[in-house]
Amino acid sequence: MSAGTDATVRSGGDVRVTRSRRNVAWTGIGALVVVAVLAYLPYMVYSGTTGILVQAFIVLTLASMWNLLAGYAGLVSVGQQAFLGLGAYFVLIPAMHGLSPFAALPIGAIGAGIVAIPLWWLVSRLRTGYFAIATWVLATAVMLFVERFQSIGGGTGMPLPGLAWSDTALLSAATYWAGLAVTVLAIGTVYFLLRGRLGLVLTAVRDDETAARSSGARVGFARMLVFIVAAIGCGAAGGVLAIQQLQVVPSTSGGVFSVQWTAYMAFATIIGGLGTIEGPIIGTAVYIVLKQTLQSYNAWYLIILGLVAIVITLFARRGLWGLLDERFNIKLFPVGYYLWAPGESRRRRRNGTGSSETPAKASVTS
Amino acid sequence: MSEPINGARHSSASPILEVRDLVVHHGQLRALSGISLHVLPGEVYAIIGANGAGKSTLLRTIAGLHHPTSGSIVYDGKDVTGLRPEKRATAGIGMVPEGRRLFASLTLEENLKVGATYARKGPWTFDRVYEMFPWMKDRREQRTAQMSGGEQQSVAIGRALVANPRVLMLDELSLGLAPVIVQRIYGMLPQILESGVTVLLVEQDVSQALRVATHLQCLLEGHTTLEGRPADVTTEQVEAAYFGMAGSASVERALNVSPDEGSES
Amino acid sequence: MAWVSAIIQGILTGGLYALFACGLSLMFGVMKVVNLAYGDLAVVAGYIGVGVIAATHMAFLWAIPIVVLIMAALGYVLQRTLIQAALRRGELITLIVTFGLSMVIENGLLQFFTANGKGLGVNQSFVTASFSIGSQITIAWLDVIIFALAVVVLLSLQYYLSSTKYGRLIRAVADDREAAQLSGADYRHVFGIAAAIAFGTVALAGMAYGTTTVLYPTTGTDTILLIAFATVVIGGLGSLWGTLLGGIVLGVAQQVGAQINISYELLAGYVIFLVVLIVRPQGLTARRTQS
Repeated sequence: MSAGTDATVRSGGDVRVTRSRRNVAWTGIGALVVVAVLAYLPYMVYSGTTGILVQAFIVLTLASMWNLLAGYAGLVSVGQQAFLGLGAYFVLIPAMHGLSPFAALPIGAIGAGIVAIPLWWLVSRLRTGYFAIATWVLATAVMLFVERFQSIGGGTGMPLPGLAWSDTALLSAATYWAGLAVTVLAIGTVYFLLRGRLGLVLTAVRDDETAARSSGARVGFARMLVFIVAAIGCGAAGGVLAIQQLQVVPSTSGGVFSVQWTAYMAFATIIGGLGTIEGPIIGTAVYIVLKQTLQSYNAWYLIILGLVAIVITLFARRGLWGLLDERFNIKLFPVGYYLWAPGESRRRRRNGTGSSETPAKASVTS
Repeated sequence: MSEPINGARHSSASPILEVRDLVVHHGQLRALSGISLHVLPGEVYAIIGANGAGKSTLLRTIAGLHHPTSGSIVYDGKDVTGLRPEKRATAGIGMVPEGRRLFASLTLEENLKVGATYARKGPWTFDRVYEMFPWMKDRREQRTAQMSGGEQQSVAIGRALVANPRVLMLDELSLGLAPVIVQRIYGMLPQILESGVTVLLVEQDVSQALRVATHLQCLLEGHTTLEGRPADVTTEQVEAAYFGMAGSASVERALNVSPDEGSES
Repeated sequence: MAWVSAIIQGILTGGLYALFACGLSLMFGVMKVVNLAYGDLAVVAGYIGVGVIAATHMAFLWAIPIVVLIMAALGYVLQRTLIQAALRRGELITLIVTFGLSMVIENGLLQFFTANGKGLGVNQSFVTASFSIGSQITIAWLDVIIFALAVVVLLSLQYYLSSTKYGRLIRAVADDREAAQLSGADYRHVFGIAAAIAFGTVALAGMAYGTTTVLYPTTGTDTILLIAFATVVIGGLGSLWGTLLGGIVLGVAQQVGAQINISYELLAGYVIFLVVLIVRPQGLTARRTQS
């Protein structure tokens, strides 16, 4: 909140409230253009490139979910890989019974979301540190539990049926489109959730939980909703991962229950910008670039990713996007509100660097 | 800035503790607006005022637990505004914090021992504290959490004393205690002063403060509304300064408004 | 009879678990730090031990105090720099930073030492030497020694905390940081000491663990972290002997689980952990409930 302490309220006329400074229609059109271009991509590039992009989509979806959890709801979960894995397995099981894995994707996502409900009941009352540990324990317990079932691969994993297509290029393209769809849905869901009442509740809680509760905000419900949505998102990503890998392997490195997935989504979110919707996009880009350039050096990119994340967490809390935002004051996904005093025109404030004494400029941004 | 009602203080003695134009914020809220005071050695300087006037904030800032936005704190001639709280403590600024703040999992004697860890040289030893509070001798090994409010307050004072401070700050001693107990505790003040300690105290109970103080200052919403010796101020003046009744000359002077304008925030 | 053997085994293992947990209990209790890299520190200690032995060819027993000292120094430095910086910025940040540290350590070990495990090269006969009670119960000497070591460490810690100047300061700072400052204590230094002690004990635990199994880069988060946290939570924060109790409960639960079905061993531990976390998060010995 940046309200000038010497603000005087201009009398006469109403104060206008808008969602953004520029016309959000421009950003909306821009987003549609981007998505359209991305959708057309398989016709333009080789499957090697689309393969990399699928990896990006998976991490971007995961990061958006982790951002929702940690950046907006204050829930630091180091066990999201549980839902990633569950999503994968909930795609595997229908596929083993004849359903196309692509058709099973929604089942994977919803299945993960359903499992999230009892799990939330288990951990909801725990405070930050205990919550993190509990999610880790739960994820490990889920993995151990799933590994007991030999029929779905036990500890070694199982190939995903229904993907032996003769047209491998089409398979790559289909995988790509599935990833794109999941990502668009994920980011879109996060955006619309935060734009609405949920976003207000979460921001209020972030600022002052006691005040939020006492003003009637349904904090517990908001958090539960976030947890379940995040589970669904991670589950969907897990399904896409299974399709891309053509198999579902539980625990060896790279396996669907590996804690490294939490590392990827956490670091991507943090580097890009915790608590901003745009952050995970940048963070994922950094992750992909690092992975590609350091490919042959195995663990290096995780080491660097981790170090950069630590530095950014300590010194640039809002990440790379936060730095960009501060310099250029742009928002691709406006979820805040701006107050305009009567008679003030949008045009005059376009630069945002005008006089610092602009009265009645209070922006409540996420 | 208000002027003293009667400026009759010994100006040849140099103050042991000085606060100059202190401005302190809590987040965006301005808690203290340009407070100044100087405490002479051997005095009992009392800060009075209603809840939220900024009294405890003032003490905490002097102790170093809070950073001022502007202004300075001078102790024994040296500027300590940038000094960490523990360094101020070892230099001789002691504080009995609001609410006692004893170490709950430690015994009475352990509380004193912690207080004595970085003690300066001086007259206050464990024995002397036990002399002042004889009941402590038998309850040394007891956990302080089970003691009464008055007993805890005594332990807190003892803990501060064994460090042998030169300036002892007392924050709301009377809080939560029965009047009889409060009187008994304030009754210890002469012994403390005898040992060469200067006292700066914050007190909501005005009559109690007036009884023990050699000099006082009243705060209202972060401003000084009254300053002077107890003998030189009338009850009406104190009331006006404490409650901030409009029309009182000293209050208006403090708030820099003429009687006709509305008051600024 | 197999059950008796299992229970005894569980109790003895509980000693090792308590050794892992007491450092965590200290860090969590004093500084309120949930250090997600805690398990990895034990592995790092093991690797340092291997390195020291390889470089100097000294006996394993001599290497132990050296590793402990190195790790204690590391602990002080890390606390005063990284962890203090994170603590100032809040619980969320601290979690993220320690998580990042954990990943960096693990992948660092992976990168520089490959995924192969490291054993501490202790004389095998020493490891497998055992004695028997009656005709059906065999107990490994090593397990007994480790249990005894744990008890000694716990006793020493208790003495340190209750009767020494810094022990008192640590408890005071844990109770009320500001009041401790008012008494002249630099809490950052006290935190550093506490961290040094924690790192030292975890180093000891890591070296002990390294004699029984091979240490992999990921053992820290796979196994040790959860053991340590489970032990602290079950036993109750703020009580050293509660840590021993917690370790024993966890160890016995695991062995009992293994008796029912060999693959239940790990799962049993996690289940007990979850149950306690949800039903009685303050643990078995805590007097006051965690706020």
